[in-house]
Amino acid sequence: MLSFIIRRLGQSLLVLLVTGLIAFSMFRFIGDPIDNMLGQERTIEDVERLRTQLGLDQPFPVQYYRFLENAVQGNFGVSYRQGRPVSEILLERAPATLELAAVSGLFALGLGIALGVFTAIRRNGIASNFIMSASLIGVSLPTFLIGILLIYLFGVQLRWLPTFGRGDVVDFGWWSTGFLTESGLKSLILPAITLGLYQMTLIMRLVRSEMLEVLRQDYIRFARARGLKDRVVNFRHALKNTLIPVITVMGLQIGGIIAFAIVTETVFNWPGVGLLFINAIQFVDIPVMAAYLMLISVMFVGINLIVDILYVFVDPRLRVDSAGGH
Amino acid sequence: MSIATKAVLASLVATLAFPATAETLRWASAGDALTLDPHSQNEGQTHTIRHQMYEALIIRDVTGAFEAALATDWGPSPDDPNVWVFNLREGVKFHNGNDFTAEDVVFSFERAKTPTSDMKELLNSIDEVRAVDDYTVEMVTDGPNPILSANLTDLFIMDKDWTEENNTVKVQDFEGGEITYATTNVNGTGAYRLVSREPDVKTVMARNEDYWGRDQFPLAFEEIIHTPIQNAATRVAALLSGEINYLQDVPVQDLERVNSADGLVVKTAPQNRVIFFGMNQGADDLEADNVDGKNPLADVRVRKAMSMAINRDAIKQVVMRGQSQPAGMIAPPFVNGWTAEMDAESSTDVEAAKALMAEAGYGDGFSIRLDCPNDRYINDEGICQAAVGMLGQIGITVNLDAIPKAQHFPKITDGKTDFYMLGWGVPTYDSEYIFNFLVHGRESDIGTWNGTGYDNDELDAKILSLASNTDLDARNADIADIWRVVQDDVLYIPIHHQVLNWAMAENVGIEVDPENQPMIKHATLN
Repeated sequence: MLSFIIRRLGQSLLVLLVTGLIAFSMFRFIGDPIDNMLGQERTIEDVERLRTQLGLDQPFPVQYYRFLENAVQGNFGVSYRQGRPVSEILLERAPATLELAAVSGLFALGLGIALGVFTAIRRNGIASNFIMSASLIGVSLPTFLIGILLIYLFGVQLRWLPTFGRGDVVDFGWWSTGFLTESGLKSLILPAITLGLYQMTLIMRLVRSEMLEVLRQDYIRFARARGLKDRVVNFRHALKNTLIPVITVMGLQIGGIIAFAIVTETVFNWPGVGLLFINAIQFVDIPVMAAYLMLISVMFVGINLIVDILYVFVDPRLRVDSAGGH
Repeated sequence: MSIATKAVLASLVATLAFPATAETLRWASAGDALTLDPHSQNEGQTHTIRHQMYEALIIRDVTGAFEAALATDWGPSPDDPNVWVFNLREGVKFHNGNDFTAEDVVFSFERAKTPTSDMKELLNSIDEVRAVDDYTVEMVTDGPNPILSANLTDLFIMDKDWTEENNTVKVQDFEGGEITYATTNVNGTGAYRLVSREPDVKTVMARNEDYWGRDQFPLAFEEIIHTPIQNAATRVAALLSGEINYLQDVPVQDLERVNSADGLVVKTAPQNRVIFFGMNQGADDLEADNVDGKNPLADVRVRKAMSMAINRDAIKQVVMRGQSQPAGMIAPPFVNGWTAEMDAESSTDVEAAKALMAEAGYGDGFSIRLDCPNDRYINDEGICQAAVGMLGQIGITVNLDAIPKAQHFPKITDGKTDFYMLGWGVPTYDSEYIFNFLVHGRESDIGTWNGTGYDNDELDAKILSLASNTDLDARNADIADIWRVVQDDVLYIPIHHQVLNWAMAENVGIEVDPENQPMIKHATLN
């Protein structure tokens, strides 16, 4: 068991290092940050001086090594665009993204499971068919289009909900929350739907197909033969067994929700880390891009690691296999 | 639910969602200020935000003319052409209540000349700033400088005591990544004071009731909330939904929508920015063409033909939806040295252009790569695409390479492009600025944006002499001569002057500023 975890950790570390290396080799192609940092009146000496000062005259493996050296000590450098420490900016932006991800995750999970169960039980009903067809929209329409459609309908035409931003926030230390004000809550609705719609339809379809599978199993038939109520059969026996794969998928999707909040945050001008990343790309703000990419890969690798380890705990068969020799 | 209840509910929700008071300017633009430190980052939007709270000695009004701010009058000293005298406004107080005096001006100029300052290049010609008395300042220049005042309009004055007390004398070193007190705090003399700021999210300012010009300017808005919204569609949606009532950057394709919406108006005026193509005419052979051993762009007939092939009216109608002003010279119309005649010199004549090409020996044409940004100017990529088709008519096969600005501009400054698009604004409103950067041969500290390889020693000498020529008539004659050469040599192919579009709620009155820098103290509210 321990050797398994250590092996996994080693693999994760390797993945992180390679991701970082690829990221750093790409930064050169995004453009030259110096050009954005100095005004048009700059002289060629200014450019050279700044380039040396920032270490941009070094080959990228050296730049990467320096980044790692500092990152290990918790120093992610200074944003070229804002002139502030990157760790401070990321901390300031994280609550917005995490709150949005949490709300859209709950939305996806709650509505996804409910609709999935409904469409599985009433598999041939008109409502089910309608939901199934409509869910295709959620899967096939790009996020930014859904966002703009929602903004147009609820923001511009009906004027029920704000079209951009986070509304008023309340600060608790470094954490700022939009949950406690009315405008903050209202501002969450459209972005959360936009971000969670894809995951919601995914979960719904997954729950439905798993549920249909489970409903065909012998123990369900026996349960029905015993004369148990439909409600008990469906929810106590069938749904429970459906949820195992759903939890696995959802675990992996959490990373996706946070990482792919970039598009949603841009459309709604949501002040989270995704919008920060987009701004950083346009300005060639290398420290911010590097820190963001490393953070996201740490998160993905971490979630995968936890899921792998949990599997071993949850599924005894894996445990026997990996222990080997018994 | 009945329709009536629904309507009531909807309006209730709407009022709850936007509980804006009438006197709040909810202002959005594409970018945000990069810092609030007055002498860090010489950048347009950063200056715009600072202008609401800090003041310079002199500013410009919407026509580009000088307007007195902290100085009441100014000019070269009658005794010594190397000295400029500024009389300061009396009775002005900083936001913290401190008095504004000559000491603060001297301090601010010294701060702006320190190595980490981004404004130091504009003050290169100033040797010394000294206080004569509390309300008179003299600036000693390294030679007569007829246009000194033009360099001072974004040079903000800080309170010496406040800056020293808060340990923020050193200008924020962007590269070193220090956050200083002045980065996030403001103590200016301006019409608005800083209430709160979250970089890239929101900046809130409140009216300064003790402002010296409280009775002189409307100061109609009690509060300003500035929000940067990067995504164009989101910006327009925020305006249409009424969440913002003043939008600085309206996308060209949405102008009609905004204009036809109830309660919104779009105001339009020419911007201080001209768009043009540059051609590498100095090299013996080009990298980006298919002609071996010679440089087709070195032939003035080819350059002339290319300029004649561009149909500026078509670009205006089709690409810019009417939002541009075709140009014949690379100076915006407000600039000293601009003339209507020269600005009308570009004409479209495909047949004559073909004849010129044949005469130059390129009757069969050639191919070349055009480098173009795709996120810098209004519809930049579209303009380049149109040019590709137009140049094709005279046999020039153009391969378009449209890339983000962060990759495009280094190509020009590093001399890695032979044919490129560039836009230029003239903050000093004087042709010398254009000549220094775009016409003078490239050296380490001059001609830095001249990617044409053009190097004319006689012309360069004339350009350099402009800096110290105090005889304004003779100076203007020299400027006209230099323009004549630039025009005749077809150094650049002018395309158009950009047009600014500001949208606002009907009751908001803000005049469009050619620098894209609104001064909210001038705004009115009906």
